[in-house]
Amino acid sequence: MTDNRKIDPTTGTETTGHSWDGIEELNTPLPRWWLWTFYATIVWGVIYTILYPAWPMVSGATAGLLGYSTRAEVAAEIKRVDLSNANLIDSLVTVDLAVLRDNEDLHRFAVQAGRSVFAANCSQCHGAGAGGVVASGYPNLLDDDWLWGGTMDDIAYTVRHGIRNEEDPDARFSEMPPFDWMEDAELDATAHFVRSLSDLDHNATAAAKGAALYADNCSACHGEKGLGDREIGAPNLADAIWLRGDSQEAILRQLKAPRMGVMPPWQARLGEAEVRAVTAYVYGLGGGEAAVGDAEAAPAE
Amino acid sequence: MSNASPPLFAAREPIFPRRVSGFFRRLKWVILILTLGIYYITPWIRWDRGPNLPDQAVLVDLANRRFHFFWIEIWPHEFYFVAGLLIMAGLGLFLFTSALGRVWCGYACPQTVWTDLFMTVERWIEGDRNARIRLHNAPWSLRKGRLRLTKWAVWLVIAVATGGAWVFYFADAPTLARDLMSLQAAPVAYATIAVLTATTFIFGGFMREQVCIYMCPWPRIQGAMMDPGTLTVGYRNWRGEPRGKGGVKRQKAAAEAIGSGDAVARYGAAVDKNIAAERQSRSGEVLGDCIDCNACVAVCPMGIDIREGQQMECITCALCIDACDDVMAKIGRPRGLIDYLALDDEPPTQPMQSAGVAGLAEAPAGEVAGANQPPWQPKPLWQHIFRPRTIFYTTAWAAIGVALVVALFIRPEIDMTIAPVRNPTYVTLSDGSIRNAYDIRLRNKHGEARDFRLSLVADTGLQLALEGAPDTVVEVPADTSRLQRVYVIAPPQTPAAGRQRSDLRLWVEDVTSGERAYSNTIFNGKEGLNERSTD
Repeated sequence: MTDNRKIDPTTGTETTGHSWDGIEELNTPLPRWWLWTFYATIVWGVIYTILYPAWPMVSGATAGLLGYSTRAEVAAEIKRVDLSNANLIDSLVTVDLAVLRDNEDLHRFAVQAGRSVFAANCSQCHGAGAGGVVASGYPNLLDDDWLWGGTMDDIAYTVRHGIRNEEDPDARFSEMPPFDWMEDAELDATAHFVRSLSDLDHNATAAAKGAALYADNCSACHGEKGLGDREIGAPNLADAIWLRGDSQEAILRQLKAPRMGVMPPWQARLGEAEVRAVTAYVYGLGGGEAAVGDAEAAPAE
Repeated sequence: MSNASPPLFAAREPIFPRRVSGFFRRLKWVILILTLGIYYITPWIRWDRGPNLPDQAVLVDLANRRFHFFWIEIWPHEFYFVAGLLIMAGLGLFLFTSALGRVWCGYACPQTVWTDLFMTVERWIEGDRNARIRLHNAPWSLRKGRLRLTKWAVWLVIAVATGGAWVFYFADAPTLARDLMSLQAAPVAYATIAVLTATTFIFGGFMREQVCIYMCPWPRIQGAMMDPGTLTVGYRNWRGEPRGKGGVKRQKAAAEAIGSGDAVARYGAAVDKNIAAERQSRSGEVLGDCIDCNACVAVCPMGIDIREGQQMECITCALCIDACDDVMAKIGRPRGLIDYLALDDEPPTQPMQSAGVAGLAEAPAGEVAGANQPPWQPKPLWQHIFRPRTIFYTTAWAAIGVALVVALFIRPEIDMTIAPVRNPTYVTLSDGSIRNAYDIRLRNKHGEARDFRLSLVADTGLQLALEGAPDTVVEVPADTSRLQRVYVIAPPQTPAAGRQRSDLRLWVEDVTSGERAYSNTIFNGKEGLNERSTD
């Protein structure tokens, strides 16, 4: 194999016997310190495997003399952060939500924490961007239309207790009765009137007929002008936002067999601090309403 | 395996460079003092930037992601300045390597500078070459132990100072120095100092030329950048060979007789009678200028013999030039037997052909050979430096430099980037308006808090609102950036509300200075919205 090795005349060093287009490779000895460095890495490796988790066993791995684990390091890091945030969390739990924005540091902390809480718990239904899902009737949290109110306290209550769930006796509850007992023509007329409330394309004669039906059957909850009632969670029918669609068919469907969404209560699962954090986050998505009057935080003229 | 198999590993041959003095040694002292001075002193230079900003002239503030360099402040999004500087450094290296070979290795590389410093300490404590060889070979004794320990102690002090100076570039130097002394500094500072101390101590004290030969990629890369016109440290073998001791007899008469023949080949056209005088060995053989004194080998920090030609190990520190010039002066020969020269400086004829005709006879046909041809001359120095290649490198280097300086001066003091929120692309409000959201990052590069007013330019009817703010003014604290969610609302029936995309320009104005900047983005409407509503 190495028969054609020979001494290179210029350097006096033996060649490896390999030749590429006449260029031969010198078998120059490695520097000895290189060898020592190699031994040092072996020693280092042995010491490391003794001190740190290294060898895979049937279940788990050798623990190492130092008892180090990345899991414990992460746990310690989380604990350290929690500890350093303890004051902020205490303040968040006790602060009056209406004035949270005045405390800039606390507000920033709440919004950042709320972003994570939302992503982990709320985005499954309301969407990662909180835009809701029209097809499934999950409300859009970005707009300025709130079924149950858009102040900090309103949102916090909704998050705490949820909507129409069995678990929480304080859950917000409203129910639209089915109007399947009405004649088809009556239903159609009512739907035309409802569409007229928000200036949607409608049949004027049918709507005129539906006005009386609406006044008798719907205005108790939705109001004479269809502005809704947040006290009882009755949707505003005069605005441009339709949770379950604004087409004639969609309105008829909702009249005959109303679909109503359910939201679980989050108080027990999240705890007060996280409820308030996610409230602050949702409030800041663009639809938050000031606590006094009906002035909105974001002008939406 | 045969018995003749060579050893797989070779121990390092210790090198004991002799002291040398001369032009290049002095030049190296100046560069050594300059580079080390810059390195050690720079972090301590103060530069007043106002109350909220660090007053350190050069500071790499990793925690706050800022780079301060005197009056220049670089933010992370301006990293292209650093990229530009790196390109300039690269082109600079191409330039210097193509003109002067491995001049970086020889004069400015930290490995060379610190090794030089360590060798100076070594020479100061243990004596010059011969004393050090004796000490090296001597058995361990009290004296040897004392000398070695003293040397290592001084090396260690230098090494600690080197590692220590490094960390001062990354934090306020006086504060960090106090913290380091009182053991209050961050563990990473001590770890950095420890690592750099160890590498300085080992690389400068013990590894030395091994770093250049075995660890550094530059010798190979730079070797590929050189060409026959590149000036580098070399040996004029046509003048020095055959080397030999002994013959000190001068033969002026012989030189006169030879005239322009051999002497011209050795020294070029400007032949002086004295220069042309030749040495002759005792046996009568004509000798070159090299007296084989080995001074060039003795002073070489890389432990090589430059007379063997260009080699990978040579860092072109030029100390052999000084050593040889010294010897040439003593034996009365012109300087420059070892010198900065290019491969194409070698005369075309064989120097030892006593009559030049024999060599010229091999010249390509058609060339006029003989007495009519002017004697061959090496190119003048400037022709090695100013070549198309080096001029191109210089031009490219300068162009990037000018571009960076221009970019530095025209970069705005206020800065804004816009990230449109795409999930969802728009939101319908209860009155039918279409709203888009944008996350705007405003950067305040001033040393005090500033108010910024946002405004927009679009075709019609768009309105601007800020999340959590009653008006369109937002305060950004000193030397920091702020993320602000901004809403743009298109009322129903406006063109933008019913169009899929509308162009939008957002302006930001520094309320204090009136300075303005803008950024373009897109407004997403609900296509067909207006058509349906007007039905």
